[in-house]
Order: sequence, then structure tokens, then C-alpha cells
Amino acid sequence: MKTVLLRRVLQSAVVLLAMSVLVFTGIFAVGNPVDVLVSPQADQAEIERITRQLGLDRPLWEQYGRFLSQALRGDLGQSFVHSTSALGLILERLPATLELAVVAMGLAVLVGIPLGLLAGLKPDSAAGRGVMAGSIVGFSLPTFWVGLMLILLFSVQLGWLPSNGRGQTVEVLGVPLSVLTADGWAHLALPALNLALFKISLVIRLTAAGTREALLQDYVKFARAKGLKPSRIVGVHVLKNILVPIVTVVGLEFGSVIAFAVVTETIYSWPGMGKLLIDSINLLDRPVVVAYLLVIVTMFVAINLLVDLAYSLLDPRVRLSDSPA
Amino acid sequence: MTDTPSFAALRAFARSHVATAALLLLLLLAFGAAFAPWLAPQNPYDLTQLDILDARLPPATESSADARQRYWLGTDEQGRDIGSAILYGLRTSIAVGLASTALALLIGVVVGLLAGYAGGRIDSLVMRIVDIQLSFPAILVALVLLAALGQGLGKIIAALVAVQWAYYARTTRSAALVERRKEYIEAARMQGLSAGRIVLGHLLPNCVPPVIVVAALQVAAAISLEATLSFLGLGLPITEPSLGLLIANGFQHLLSGRYWISFFPGLVLLLLIVCINLVADQLRDAFNPKLQRQ
Repeated sequence: MKTVLLRRVLQSAVVLLAMSVLVFTGIFAVGNPVDVLVSPQADQAEIERITRQLGLDRPLWEQYGRFLSQALRGDLGQSFVHSTSALGLILERLPATLELAVVAMGLAVLVGIPLGLLAGLKPDSAAGRGVMAGSIVGFSLPTFWVGLMLILLFSVQLGWLPSNGRGQTVEVLGVPLSVLTADGWAHLALPALNLALFKISLVIRLTAAGTREALLQDYVKFARAKGLKPSRIVGVHVLKNILVPIVTVVGLEFGSVIAFAVVTETIYSWPGMGKLLIDSINLLDRPVVVAYLLVIVTMFVAINLLVDLAYSLLDPRVRLSDSPA
Repeated sequence: MTDTPSFAALRAFARSHVATAALLLLLLLAFGAAFAPWLAPQNPYDLTQLDILDARLPPATESSADARQRYWLGTDEQGRDIGSAILYGLRTSIAVGLASTALALLIGVVVGLLAGYAGGRIDSLVMRIVDIQLSFPAILVALVLLAALGQGLGKIIAALVAVQWAYYARTTRSAALVERRKEYIEAARMQGLSAGRIVLGHLLPNCVPPVIVVAALQVAAAISLEATLSFLGLGLPITEPSLGLLIANGFQHLLSGRYWISFFPGLVLLLLIVCINLVADQLRDAFNPKLQRQ
């Protein structure tokens, strides 16, 4: 167990290192940030001064070496545009993204499990068929277009909900949060729904398939024979058994929700780190792009590791084997 | 009667009316995309054909210059006919989706066959890379690559290939592992055929059907991903607009109620993706002999 864990951590480190080389060298090849930063009137001396100041006149491997040694000390460089620490900029935006992702994931579970149970218990009823068909549509719809249509319907046509920003926030331990105010919830509703839609479909399908399988098992037949109420059979016996794979998937999907938040944040101008990434790519703000990608890849590697560990704890039949990070 | 496997699969496919309708609609969309220059009322990227006086007209408005010409789906801020722009955009979207899938298919199948046939260290190394890549969501891999490479037609195809190849490699490899142990491969080996001949002539044809189904589903995923990336401004340049870029262009007009600039391209994108998914789903059932009743 310990050696396996150690190997997994090492492997994760290799993935991170490979990613940092790829991202750093790749981003180096695109555009010259000095062109964006200096005014058009700047003379050659001014351009050279800024190039030297940013360390862009050094050879590529030297820049990478300096970047890596600083990264290990938690310094991912200064933003070219904002002149502050790139990592600080990302961490400042992180709570907004996490808030959106948590609310979206909660929505997926709260909506997905009841609907999935309905479809699993009554697969041939009109409601059950409708839920399953709806989940297929939910899978096929491109997220960004749904986002636009939600704005068109709820913000433009009906005028019920705002279409951008976080609304009124309350600071908790120095972190601004929208979930504590009514205005914040109004701003959160559309982006969270947009981000959750795909995951709702996923949870519905998982729950429905799990329920249909569980209903055929002997323990359910036995519970029925004992004369237990149907609500107790479903609520206690079935739900408990189908929850393990759902918990795993919800955990694993949390990372992909954060990745997909890039799209949702751009549509709704939600000031999270996904929007920061897109803005930084357009402004050629290299350190911020590199920092974002490294932060999100690290989060991913950590989430995958944690889910694997949690899974082996939840289900004793699963042994932690030498599977990927 | 004709009872070849492919004919039986065709009959199994036609059993679903929804899938058949989706296939017909898909063929119609493909036809529209292929013959866009002849079907579209105007060339939306020839500036001499655009009339700025016709900018931002709602659907079914007549052209100011010629009352007989109507813009059935409205116009954008440069007076471009949305219907024509959709046909051209569809062409780009489908072309990018097919090109990237074909290329990824080629790479993935070759890698998967080699890994499955060779086994041992090569197999575990290749599969480790595949597993690691598939543990990241496609959009993240594509974002990393496009942030690193920059934008452009070739680059977005490269990013889509990098995202997709692992699926084919995994599917081909698992098919190859099963097929490798069967008697006909054993027989081919006994005959003293070369490894290349066994892999290409005997192993490959028997590993193809499951990969085809994955590929059909992946074309839809690739088109959707390309649209998303183009919407974010990381995909195709403005000179080669796909459906995703058309939708992005209409985004700024959405809040002022000019829905048509985004709505119709999105609707066509949705139709395209749903149709491909329905057809691919039915293909999977048709190719699966276990599911075929008599």
C-alpha cells in the first residue's frame, strides 16, 4: 500500500513536470509579449530595456530553469499585465470558480438522483422515458450554446435573472462569497445551471442504471418478502448500494467541472480563474497562463489520487492497484 | 436472399425510425455543407456582395437593394446573410471534425494495434500514457495545447487529434488483445506469415468494427469541442468561421434582443451533433450481434 502510494505520487510529479515543460516551451513560441506591453511610440532602447527586465533575452532553457526553481518555491512569476504575482492572481480568482463548481455539482446531485430514481423505478412510464430522453439531449447540447439560450430566455425575454457578474458578495474569512446573499444567488443561478446541465444528465443515467440493476438483486427481493415499505426499500437499501459509484463519479467529475467553468465563466463574465485564463491568453500574459495550467493540472492530479483513495476506503473489494494518476 | 454481414447490419440499422430520420437529416446537412458555394444565396465572405444598409435585419426581411431577395434567417452587423454564413460555417465545422477524426483514427489504430500485438513493455508504456491522458477532460487538454500552440486551422486540428487518439488506441488495443488469441491468428502464424502481414491483413480487419462506432461518436464530440474552442476565441481565425465562431459573433447582440445571429447557427450545430449521436448509437447496436433479434 505504501509503496504503491509512493509510486503514484512520483508518477504524478512526472506528469506535472512534463506538463510544465510542454506549457512553458509552447507558450514561449507564441507571440512576443513586449509588442503588447510597450506603447507604439517606444523606441528600440525602451523595447530592449523591457525585454531584459522580463528576462526574455536569455536562452530558453535558462528561462525554464529559473522558472522551475522559482515554481518549486511557490513563485510562478509576475503577471506582465497586472504587475503582481501570477499565482496570487489565480488564487484570488479561485474562490469564485470553486463556489460556482460546488453549487453546480450540488445541483447535479440534487436534481439528478431523484430524476434518475424515477427513471430507474418506472422505466416504461411516460415520465421515466421522458427523463431518459431528456438526459440524452442534455449530453448532446453544446454547453456554450445552452448558456446563451439561458441568457436569451431568462435575462432578455423574461428579465428575471442577471446575466453577468457575481452580484453582492459577503466576505467570509477574507474570501468574498455570493452564496450568502439573495442577489448573489440570482447571479449564480444561470451559470450554475449551465455548468450543471451535463452533469445532471450523467447523474441521471448512472442512478437509473444502478437502480434497475439493484432492483433485480436478491436483497431487494428479500426486503420485499419481509414486507418492508417500498419507500424504505428504495430510500435505504437501493440508494445505499448505488451511491458508491455515484460518489466516485461526482468526485472525479469535479475536476472536469472546474475545467468546463472556463466556458461558463466567459459567457457570464463570472470573475473566476477560467475567465482570467481566456483574458490572459488574449493579452499574451504568459506567466498567468502557465500558472493557471499548472494550478489546474495539480488540482486534477490531486483529485484523481484522492478519489482513488476514497474509493478503496468506501469499497473494501477495491484494492489500490498501480493504476494511473 | 442477401445475407452478408453488412447487409444484415443495414437492416438492423433501419429498424429504428428515429435513427433513419437522423441519418437522412445528416445527409441533408452534409449535402448543404458540401455544395454551400452553389446553394447559398450569397458568398458571405466576399465583401463586395455584402450591403451595409442591410445590417442587423431580423429574419424574413427583404433586402433594401432588391425586394425579391429575402434574408430568411436575418443578417449580422455587416449585412451578411445568416443562412449563407451557416452553410459555409457548417462546411468548416464538418471538415474540421472529419479531418481530425480521420487523422486521430489512423494514429490511434496503429498505436493500439502495435501495443496489443506486441504486448509486454511496449503495451504497458503506451497504455500508461493513454490512461494518464484520458484522466484529464478533453477540453483541458485542448486548452493546454491551444494556449501553447496558438490558433489556426492546422493547430486546432492538431489539438483535436491529440485529444482523440487515445480513445482509438484503447479501443483497438482491447480488440487486438481478444483477437490475438483466436485460432485464425494462430493459423496465420503457423503458416509462417510475417508479423506485418498478420497485423495488417488479419488482425486489423477484425478490430475495425468497434473502432468505427467510437469514431462515429467522436466526430460529434470533435465538432462540439471545436465549436466551443472557437467560441472562446481559441479555435479558428476570423477568416475561416465555423459555426462556433458565428455563435460567438452573435453573442454581443444577444442582450439587445437580436437573437437570430447566435440562435440559428446554434440550432444547426445542435441538429448536427444530435443526428450524429443518434446515428452512431444505432450503429453500435447494429454492429453488435448479441443485440440482434433474429
